[in-house]
Amino acid sequence: MQIIQPHYHAIARTAQDYERMAMSGVVAVAEPAFWAGFDRLYPETFIDYFRQISEFEPTRAAQYGIRHFCWVAVNPKEAENPTLTREVLEHFPEFFAKPTVLGVGETGLHKSTKNECESLEAHVEIAMKHGQLVLIHTPHLADKAHGTKKVLEVLAGLKVDPERIWIDHVEEQTIRPCLDAGYWVGFTLYPITKCSPKRAVDMLEKYGHERILVNSSADWGPSDPFTLQECILEFRRRGHSLQEAIEVFHNNPCRFLGQNPKFDIQPIRVETVGTAAVAAE
Amino acid sequence: MLSPAQVADTYFLESRHQLLEIAAYFDRYEAAVARAGDRNGHAAAADRKLAVIREALAIIATDKPAQERTISLLELFATV
Repeated sequence: MQIIQPHYHAIARTAQDYERMAMSGVVAVAEPAFWAGFDRLYPETFIDYFRQISEFEPTRAAQYGIRHFCWVAVNPKEAENPTLTREVLEHFPEFFAKPTVLGVGETGLHKSTKNECESLEAHVEIAMKHGQLVLIHTPHLADKAHGTKKVLEVLAGLKVDPERIWIDHVEEQTIRPCLDAGYWVGFTLYPITKCSPKRAVDMLEKYGHERILVNSSADWGPSDPFTLQECILEFRRRGHSLQEAIEVFHNNPCRFLGQNPKFDIQPIRVETVGTAAVAAE
Repeated sequence: MLSPAQVADTYFLESRHQLLEIAAYFDRYEAAVARAGDRNGHAAAADRKLAVIREALAIIATDKPAQERTISLLELFATV
């Protein structure tokens, strides 16, 4: 089965990940800009990072037949330095012009401070001004519900197209208001601290497949890109068809990310030929 | 050996994760019952399993257990 991993921090992972992902059907990954584990001090550090994910990383993925796309952002954890944020934002348009940059992300909130909210606003505004997609991080653990509510409040005060915005890391207590407001949502599968594959399938069964993305994140912390495949297995094991799995784990990323024409991978349908099912495309 | 505070900190997120999985198990069961639309027709054996899990959760929540909670749970699960 062909799979798209829509949230994957490739620079934190080894080539072995790419090899195993390719062997398990992953055809594309999208890499949002991430926190480095420490707060960066210089705009140039971000610019080199954006060059790494938009220029070098696609070549590494290509060795395994995987398409690599990316996003640019100042991480919410680094938003307490508004001057730095402004200086980095000034460079976004040059990256929007690059062939694999899909938009602005992951912006969002961490502690939901005033500076973080202003940074989120600035990120969304520059994305909308340049016709870019937006990927929004919502806080972890205890701050999840409050931070997600705050994200929705910030977005409600801006002129945005909800269909071009993906609110990530939703869980059972935050999914409904995000979907009701018309946004795309993402389930992030982590071994311990976010959503589990089983709970993700529970939510797919409850809320359907529309405007839902499933991803593993997979970064330098305790994480595992193959929780995505684990989720697919759980989904199929519960009796959902191959086409339904393709809709969620391949076609939905195509639908959301494909709003940026640079993401040119098309949704696929399974055709039945005689008794054998083959992929039409 | 870890201090009490270290034990609480070290295994908190893992325990949180495991409890969320149990909560999801109950929610999943109820959603399946609702989809099937006939609770009495096919729920008896499954309900027994859920009852044991509820009993186990009560044992876990005990402040001063008569024996180690793990032993009590293993004895309880042996009855299913």
